[in-house]
Amino acid sequence: MVLYSRNRLDDTFAALSDATRRGVLLQLGRGNASITELADKFHMSRTGINKHVGILEQTGLVKTEKIGRVRTCMLGSCRLDSEAVWIERYKETWDRRFDALEMVVQELKQKKKDK
Amino acid sequence: MKNQTNVERKSDRELVSSRIINGPSRLVFESWTNSELFKKWWVPKSAPITLVSCEMDVRTGGKYRLVFNAGGQSAEFFGKYLEVTPYSRLVWSNDEGGVDAANITTVTFEEVNGTTLVIVHDLYPSKEALDDAIATGSSGAMPEQLEQLEELIANQRNL
Repeated sequence: MVLYSRNRLDDTFAALSDATRRGVLLQLGRGNASITELADKFHMSRTGINKHVGILEQTGLVKTEKIGRVRTCMLGSCRLDSEAVWIERYKETWDRRFDALEMVVQELKQKKKDK
Repeated sequence: MKNQTNVERKSDRELVSSRIINGPSRLVFESWTNSELFKKWWVPKSAPITLVSCEMDVRTGGKYRLVFNAGGQSAEFFGKYLEVTPYSRLVWSNDEGGVDAANITTVTFEEVNGTTLVIVHDLYPSKEALDDAIATGSSGAMPEQLEQLEELIANQRNL
């Protein structure tokens, strides 16, 4: 695959347009992993996963370190968003979640009343 | 009137979300500890994610396991209940990142005049762990990262 790097954002979006690569990011968010571990996790060959990791590495989303024969993958320094933006998104998620919780509690209240 | 949700990064390792729920703590607690009820609200309907299964053995030392699906990609979240005090306090570990990387979630329920103040406190093992959670958007026992990325990509498609 040839990556035309017009700018970093294009590369980042291209890197994120693949479900496996998003899965790899999610996995690395939970802890570092070797190529072999990622290949097992995603039921892929080492060559296949290497290609995905390579694409993520080009964007700075992931970095790798080779120690002996093991290549360890970890999250890179490229951040998708600033912390403030993330906190705002996180808050939206909890807000919607609390709204739904409120509805469940109202249903329970109604049920108790009907009894 | 809708109550406000507050979220604050309280320290390098702590994230706190809170909200007043209109209902007694007993019912709010029940909604967090009965898997059938929990399934109804943990994943908001607007999220492009489904909670495929939810097993919860809600007692001190009991385990839980949540399986999510987002666009064909599945993610598992699991851990242990460290403390279960009916109607007032729930503590669980999030073990999917490994025991050393576990973060601890403490939820308290405080009833005031028929309403309940719910405080969700997430303690990460290190500053780096919380920074990384922020970087990937994965936090709160839900693959929010996937949601966030799906959103980013959907927006890009609309450009």
